[in-house]
Amino acid sequence: MKKHAESRTGSKPGKFGKYGGQYVPETLMEPLRALEEAYNKFSHDPSFKKELAGWLDTFAGRPTPLYLAANLTRHVGGARIYLKREDLLHGGAHKINNTLGQALLAKKMGKRRIIAETGAGQHGVATAMACAALGLGAEVYMGSEDMDRQKLNVYRMKMLGAKVHPVESGSRTLKDAINEALRDWVTNVQETYYLLGSVVGPHPYPTMVRDFQSVIGKEARKQILQADGKLPKAVVACVGGGSNSIGIFHSFLHDLDVNLYGVEAGGESLSPGQNAAPLVAGREGVLHGMMTYVLQDEAGQVQTTRSISAGLDYPGVGPEHAFLMNEGRAKYVTVSDEEALDAFKTLSQLEGIMPALESAHAISYAMKLAKSLATKDSILVNLSGRGDKDVEIIAKHIAQ
Amino acid sequence: MPNDDRIEAKFRELHSHREGALITYLTGGDPDPKAFLANSTALIEGGADIVEVGIPFSDPIADGPVIQASSMRALSQGATPKGILGLIRELSSQSPVPFVVLSYYNPILAMGLDRFLTKARESGVDGIVVPDLPVEESDEFRNVALKHNIDNIYLAAPNTSRTRLRTVLDKSKGFLYLVSLYGVTGPRDSLSPQALEAVKTVKSLARGKIPISAGFGISQPEHVSAVIQSGADGAIVGSALVRIIGNHLDDPSEVETQLKKTVQSFKEATRLRSD
Repeated sequence: MKKHAESRTGSKPGKFGKYGGQYVPETLMEPLRALEEAYNKFSHDPSFKKELAGWLDTFAGRPTPLYLAANLTRHVGGARIYLKREDLLHGGAHKINNTLGQALLAKKMGKRRIIAETGAGQHGVATAMACAALGLGAEVYMGSEDMDRQKLNVYRMKMLGAKVHPVESGSRTLKDAINEALRDWVTNVQETYYLLGSVVGPHPYPTMVRDFQSVIGKEARKQILQADGKLPKAVVACVGGGSNSIGIFHSFLHDLDVNLYGVEAGGESLSPGQNAAPLVAGREGVLHGMMTYVLQDEAGQVQTTRSISAGLDYPGVGPEHAFLMNEGRAKYVTVSDEEALDAFKTLSQLEGIMPALESAHAISYAMKLAKSLATKDSILVNLSGRGDKDVEIIAKHIAQ
Repeated sequence: MPNDDRIEAKFRELHSHREGALITYLTGGDPDPKAFLANSTALIEGGADIVEVGIPFSDPIADGPVIQASSMRALSQGATPKGILGLIRELSSQSPVPFVVLSYYNPILAMGLDRFLTKARESGVDGIVVPDLPVEESDEFRNVALKHNIDNIYLAAPNTSRTRLRTVLDKSKGFLYLVSLYGVTGPRDSLSPQALEAVKTVKSLARGKIPISAGFGISQPEHVSAVIQSGADGAIVGSALVRIIGNHLDDPSEVETQLKKTVQSFKEATRLRSD
């Protein structure tokens, strides 16, 4: 099943149709080869799989429950809405699924120095947690603009023993943090492991991170079959880089009656610079080592993005999503800042669950979709993270 | 319209005089179009053998702070790939030196491979370096470059395996760009012994079929003479020149004077000692 993309296109590993690939400086070709080799070896090694499963169960808190949001369902009036509760994981988001997998891999590869990038800080926190638990040193690059927006996560990373490097270049957000992490890797390539946080970047990251996140969909598919006796009509997840969405989509790729919806950040509007929706508003291009959809101007300069949710604030997107969109297997839509805030309030008040602003985008679209479906249908939403980190931003908006 | 293979012809000519090539880099349109033209002219007058011009990009992952800042200066003045190629056209109509363009892949893709390379050829560009397009991803690009008689210059790094080195040497045209260190572009105080070892290794694998030029961190005349003495056919100097622009943004004539003087001292260092 993992082979969906590759088998449909007959293309080589690391390519999803024409997307993906390895568009990186020559110095990174050798470490990427070594990483691919190590990943191929350990991902098939029963003892590695068992060790990782142990960490996921006892440290991260897997499996996560599937929750029928009955109040929300009644409120909307339509299909039943189920939430996959990744917000209940250690650290408060799905990010830990990937950081434990990669940190364990780094350790097997004999790398002691881990670097990572972070936008909202969730991946940085999850990296710091995994590294502390596994006895590895973590250094996290974070745009100085994001450090201002997400102060709490900066403190959390520091308390977990990670070093946080402020990034002052470019737009001082996630894309620049990735640039800086890549520059660090080129410089310290021999002893350093780059722990990328989403299904982006050069091969093998989009495949490897997807595999580590696909545990979400594997559990959810079983759980909804058990709860409902049938598959959902639709699966909905937010898309920044696209790791939580690919993680839940992947187990449903061959269930062609299940519609897959990726929700991008519509921000203020779909005008240039006012959103973070490369699949809806961008064009094909190359960024951070991958061929994918990129928000860019006519001359190919990468545009600044805008979203209330720092975790979706990225001008590129995982190459497998670009492929799924072009194949027509998944549909990509947008939800605005305003709509995401409304969904945050609705879910908090009706269900007693505060979603991350990222996940609130998925909730918002699921509410729209549920209305258009029959009451016998169901929708599965990936609640990828919890909203505690966003309380300050939300309070500011509610006050306005 | 330039003649074919002007880059390799330049190396042959220098070789016969027992000199290495001095390849100078500036970011196109930095700090503004007019000053860029004047600065490039100063480099040529100072003795640059090959002039490399960067297309500024918003996300230059292979570049350190000096070239990042120059890209931002150029972009803030409205620099576009088309505009930079136009500036190269002005320079190439007045000077016989070969021109090389360095561009990240996305600006090229945005214009379209064929359109970009057609326009580059019309502007007098002889070679092109794309730092984020390794040989595995470049089949189509290489074919279009070949069609337009533009040399596709590949890079090799200190950790490039011998097998890959052979492929890269085989596919490269004009010269091979040897990245002499682990890291991004930027001035360094010293040149590592490993850099010189890398020059020797690559030079022996090339077996005289293609010139080798070393870049990244080559920022003093002693670095230039060390790589040339170790067998490199050329030395690429970028950040050490771009830094001069950044240091004297309010004094354009001082920049021209210093660039010319600096290039003269670098050029002097490319001459092989007879001892």
